[in-house]
Amino acid sequence: MTKRNQRLLGVAALLIGVGVAATLGFTAFRKNMMYFYTPSDLVAGTVPVGAAAQLGGLVETGSLTRGEGLKVEFRVADCAKNIPVRYEGVLPDLFREGQGVVADGYMNAEHVFIATRILAKHDENYMPPQVADALKGNPDTGKHSCMPFKAVDKTVAAS
Amino acid sequence: MIPELGHFALILALGIAFLQTVAPLLGYQRRDAKLLAFAGSAAQAQFFCIAFAYACLTIAFINTDFSVAYVAQNAHTDLPMIYRVSAVWGAHEGSLLLWMLMLSGWTFAVSVFNRRIPAELSALVIAVLGVISTGLLLFMLLTSNPFERLFPVPLQGRDLNPLLQDFGLAIHPPTLYMGYVGFSVAFAFAVAALITGKLDAAWARWTRPWTTTAWMFLTLGITLGSWWAYNELGWGGWWFWDPVENASFMPWLAGTALIHSLAVTEKRGLLKSWTVLLAILTFSLSLLGTFLVRSGVLVSVHAFASDPARGLFILIFMALVTGSALTLYAWRAPKLATVGELHLFSREGLLLLNNVFLVVACAAILVGTLYPLVIDALKLGKISVGPPYFNAVFLPLMVPLFVLVGFGAVVPWKKGRAGETWQRLKMPALFAVAFAIVVPLALHGRAALLAVTGGLLGAWTIVAAAQDVSRRIRAKPSFAAGLASVPRASWGMTLAHAGLGVWALGVAFVISYGYEKDVRLAPNARTEIGDFSFGFVGATEAKGPNFIAQQGEVTIERGDHSVTTLYPQKRFYPSQRNVMTESAVDATLLRDLYVSLGEGFEDGSWSLRIYVKPMIRLIWLGGVLMFLGGCLAASDRRYRLAKAADRRLAVDGGTQAA
Repeated sequence: MTKRNQRLLGVAALLIGVGVAATLGFTAFRKNMMYFYTPSDLVAGTVPVGAAAQLGGLVETGSLTRGEGLKVEFRVADCAKNIPVRYEGVLPDLFREGQGVVADGYMNAEHVFIATRILAKHDENYMPPQVADALKGNPDTGKHSCMPFKAVDKTVAAS
Repeated sequence: MIPELGHFALILALGIAFLQTVAPLLGYQRRDAKLLAFAGSAAQAQFFCIAFAYACLTIAFINTDFSVAYVAQNAHTDLPMIYRVSAVWGAHEGSLLLWMLMLSGWTFAVSVFNRRIPAELSALVIAVLGVISTGLLLFMLLTSNPFERLFPVPLQGRDLNPLLQDFGLAIHPPTLYMGYVGFSVAFAFAVAALITGKLDAAWARWTRPWTTTAWMFLTLGITLGSWWAYNELGWGGWWFWDPVENASFMPWLAGTALIHSLAVTEKRGLLKSWTVLLAILTFSLSLLGTFLVRSGVLVSVHAFASDPARGLFILIFMALVTGSALTLYAWRAPKLATVGELHLFSREGLLLLNNVFLVVACAAILVGTLYPLVIDALKLGKISVGPPYFNAVFLPLMVPLFVLVGFGAVVPWKKGRAGETWQRLKMPALFAVAFAIVVPLALHGRAALLAVTGGLLGAWTIVAAAQDVSRRIRAKPSFAAGLASVPRASWGMTLAHAGLGVWALGVAFVISYGYEKDVRLAPNARTEIGDFSFGFVGATEAKGPNFIAQQGEVTIERGDHSVTTLYPQKRFYPSQRNVMTESAVDATLLRDLYVSLGEGFEDGSWSLRIYVKPMIRLIWLGGVLMFLGGCLAASDRRYRLAKAADRRLAVDGGTQAA
């Protein structure tokens, strides 16, 4: 093999390698991208059943019911709408009724959000920025007063 | 008074940093040896100023001087002494001061240990570091002064975030910063080489120990962070692909590529401009990490109080530093012509491939980390990219990389021979296959695909890594003579590669054979997980120095034997009204038993997370081995040899003068 051919082979191998990596990457990317929704979005039915989604809002006061074992059901609300959420597992330390929460999961056919992971942060003033943004500017029309929830000016410190 | 002195020292440091930048550059342009020599003195003076300021802040914390706003926000009179010292870097302002302390410390080290490199190069390196210093000191003094006073003085502080009151986290930031900031030296060397246009084997030999040192601290810092997350966050995970973790992992990947391409540049004089580019990129990624963490654009446990002005400042600073370095690169790099050719099947060829995989992995993580931010900034919606993406991209890229590691230690420079390579590697390959089949079956009774793959790659990496040392020993007549002849660099490489293999074993086994169970248990109820039976005795109240805890008691049995009793806690810190989960772990090399408390219910039952994690210790052990490998490699004899010769010369000169 001449030098030139060898070099061409090298370049071709490199291109194929990068191509494969890019394809792998973008397929994985499309499959694992989760959009963030508010309860209003989900109630409006903009999200297909079964698609991975992230839901953010406030846990409605008085909505938490416990089932057998670690099953829980509660409602997540923004200032306008609310949606039932089902979860089985240990809730995070700062999960409280009336506090901000972010849930990963999907909508099932009965319009219940099945959560696979629940996040709440270690700070009483904390509200997930997505939730704060989503609540900003909405009038107090829903069941919740949005007043007690300040916009995030401080998030948790670590590292 | 003391805080004002600290503040003054910072301002003084800024002035010195400015001179440290300007004087050597002028000196270089005018060929003025005096101005060049000024660089070292300025670097040392700057270091003393920053160290003084740092000491002032530490004293304010030890005395809980709440008239300093930063102390008031991050300390409390009940805070134990060790955490008062570590609280200095517990939030934004202080961690910047720590960053500065590291930067001036590295510059100080350059000015001390660089006696034998040309005065020109040394002065330029210090000047480039001076630019970074100037920028960061301006940033601190303008937006984040840690010495700002607070009136009226509060009676009590807001306390350090309880998450940070842990020994692992007390030492995690300093080690991580040592690494982050250390890459600034490699960056400065690269920029200096672009300015002078001289980049040869000697340049690479000077740059290597600095880069290796930075890399090993970054490795240790990431390992400590992972260990802390496992112990302290209560989810039993060791890596979450959290954006801030990625922010430290990207410079690690680029830095790993850099230490390998530097080897090629030193030994073969190849890949020069690629090495320079990598040095620039690695430090830029370190700055990007700082920006991501400090600016508050990320939603994460690491995000500090965010202030848009701060984020903007770092972004502009990063754009200036990276932008001007890349411009310089575009202008000067074509001069760094390479002579000699590169065969793919040679050590340098394989190292080039290693670089391709590492950089592609780094790019994939960069895309996943930044994409949601870009989409958000363009108001196209809010998205998040979950761990499955990172796993799906990262793990397949690691497989060929691990295979390469084994070849890299065996294939010679210049040109390898297939037959010879096969002779050397057939035993390691055979061993790896046997290991991958036997060990999972023997330990767990079933062969999971991932465990077999991980076992194969891990064992292969470890055994093949040892080939280099064993070949050197066999080349000598006796074992002892052989052992003595192995240079530290060789031990270092072997140890670091073995660490990588150990890490892979840990990852594969913990994913394949780990058990995780969330369960609700009434007092005196039991649950079975794997071979183990966990019994929840109940929870009682316990008191700590600055918290009140609910302490659970969990007895663990295997068959008829009692294994251990664990006491996980749910802590309440009254000063910040925070609740913290303190997990309890029983660890051996082969498995961890992990219990953390969820929430207590009215009937006295508790929700518990119970995990059995086989071989998870190997993940951190691997990181520690890589760190030790870095220590050995950075302290290799040939880096010190020339230094000792210089010293002898200096002594001789001294006696003659006398």
